[in-house]
Amino acid sequence: MAEIQLDGIWKRYPDGFEAVKNMDLTINDGEFMILVGPSGCGKSTALRMIAGLEDITEGDLLIGGERVNDLEPRDRDIAMVFQNYALYPHMSVRDNMGFALKLAKVPNSEINSKVEEAAKILDLTQHLERKPANLSGGQRQRVAMGRAIVRDPKSFLMDEPLSNLDAKLRVQMRTEVARIQSRLNVTTVYVTHDQTEALTLGDRVAVMRAGIIQQVDHPKVLYDDPLNLFVAGFIGSPSMNFLPGRLEGETIRLPFGDVPIPHRLRSKLKASGGAQDIIAGMRPEHFEDAAIEGDVPGLLKFRAKVAVVESMGSELYAYFDVETKVGDSAELAELAKDAGLEDLPTHGSGDQTQVVARLDAASKAAAGEEIDLVLETEEIKLFDPGTGKSLTAG
Amino acid sequence: MEAATVAQPRAARRKKGKKATGEPKTPWWLWIVVAGIVLFCLFPFYWMLNISLKSGPDLSSADLLPPNPTLKNYESIFKDSNFTNGLRNSAIVALTTTFLSVVFGSFAAYTLARLKVPKKFWILALILSVSTFPGISIAAPLFKLWTDIGLYNTLIGLIIPNLAFALPLTIYILTSFFREIPKDLEEAALVDGATRFQAFYKVVVPLAAPGMATAAILTFIAAWNEFLFAITLTSSQAARTVPASIAFFTGSTQFEQPLGTISAASVVISIPLIIMVLLFQKRIVAGLTAGAVKG
Repeated sequence: MAEIQLDGIWKRYPDGFEAVKNMDLTINDGEFMILVGPSGCGKSTALRMIAGLEDITEGDLLIGGERVNDLEPRDRDIAMVFQNYALYPHMSVRDNMGFALKLAKVPNSEINSKVEEAAKILDLTQHLERKPANLSGGQRQRVAMGRAIVRDPKSFLMDEPLSNLDAKLRVQMRTEVARIQSRLNVTTVYVTHDQTEALTLGDRVAVMRAGIIQQVDHPKVLYDDPLNLFVAGFIGSPSMNFLPGRLEGETIRLPFGDVPIPHRLRSKLKASGGAQDIIAGMRPEHFEDAAIEGDVPGLLKFRAKVAVVESMGSELYAYFDVETKVGDSAELAELAKDAGLEDLPTHGSGDQTQVVARLDAASKAAAGEEIDLVLETEEIKLFDPGTGKSLTAG
Repeated sequence: MEAATVAQPRAARRKKGKKATGEPKTPWWLWIVVAGIVLFCLFPFYWMLNISLKSGPDLSSADLLPPNPTLKNYESIFKDSNFTNGLRNSAIVALTTTFLSVVFGSFAAYTLARLKVPKKFWILALILSVSTFPGISIAAPLFKLWTDIGLYNTLIGLIIPNLAFALPLTIYILTSFFREIPKDLEEAALVDGATRFQAFYKVVVPLAAPGMATAAILTFIAAWNEFLFAITLTSSQAARTVPASIAFFTGSTQFEQPLGTISAASVVISIPLIIMVLLFQKRIVAGLTAGAVKG
């Protein structure tokens, strides 16, 4: 049990590439911290630096208050779960799980009882004598978890542990991981590129991009109050819709209508004053079919021609295009490329931006037909198109 | 006309089907060629065996089967200290060379495959270039040096040059084997509390065992058969290995060629190699191609 503290950590490779830039992060004792971001954002490098598998170029890493920059991995008392599990192919499941204890010269009887206890937690008891090659993907993943938990380490480090599993198993193991972590209450750092895993598992989530932490907070806060365009676009599925707009006095001009500035945002926007271009962010679930929602004040009603409808059973995703005449935002285009998020609007060539709305399953929306939609104006988020910073969060 | 148009696609289909099911049938003439090659390769060995079973005047006969087969030659070589000492020396030299070559070779190979070493490629190229040296070019200087420093006519004096020529191949084979072992496994071991060396011998070595076996077998065969250094660097039974000591066999009279005993000794020293190659044939081929492809 220990607190992990990253203090101005840098990772610079010999070729000058900076994978992690000035990372400050404190992971409290027993906390489940998620590092999330697109591939190449430095999250795995950060994890490997905590593990000691990668040298720290600059900054201090403290585990349990002790500076461990120069300690070998074996002296840091951490356990790691690798993306491809990294089970020792020539050892049985029992030996795999007991390997660390054996190296630590723990007596055999104690190793056996610890391994068997872990096997019971992970439902591996009947597989203890088998070799990893004869196990299914899910079983291998559990062995990798088991190898970590038998050691009773100060902290767990997990590097995309679920990404090699098929979709169904991944969801199952996700709850398993959460259950084990809360049961053992060990400080855990978990790296993933999957924002769903991040939101569901973490006590807190650190969103990274290009080696820089964008925002660290509870999943709910990240979702409701993203600090910048990147976090807003990365967290949530389907992603938040971004449309260019303009702030004029008391109204926000959006491509599909004018909206008075919501009460909630009024005080925050006072400071900026005057007229300015903005990017408005709207979550898909804040749209609704007007026929279902009815005429309630605070809703902006507009007509849209639905291009595609995806039915999820419990809900519908309706995609429609919106004419946008305001100049393109370099920030948005770069973000879309960087994050590999196709859902982000691309403003480059055409003057059309695709918007996705999450509608009730009862909606009559159909591809190629026009429909009345309403938008909850209270939930609109506003961003500065130049810096990408949120004008409304915080 | 109609029949022809129908028949054509069917014939085409049959041809296609044959291709899809795999190899075509081996033509009869290929078997004859194969038999010819096998005969060509194995005949000298058969002739050696044939001679080893003959004695006295039969030795000069050209019969395909020995007229009076006898094991007399085998009995006499095992009574000859020249041969038995040679056998002992050969075993010591070959086994020691093999052991040292695999131990040091695996250290070197691991370093080249995994650790941060500048100019790895050139180091490996330099190591490999050693094996292209013709042994004869260093035999004479080595003889001079060994006499000066007292290694002449000692087993160590034989092991050192054998090792020098065995290491490049061992390092080459093992480097490619080590490279194929996922890095994550070692990292997992490091995090699990292993030192670099423990990660190496508890995780990497067991997984590279096939490569080590290949390297060991090839080294053993080379050292066991080695003749040039054995004849140049030794002067007595104290250090002479079998291939060299066979050359010192004498006939019962000055005018008699010791053909029978030489053949018998050759058969005896071939046996361990034949058994080993047959047992580990797959390994040897796998090891060689692994080296070849990965380079």
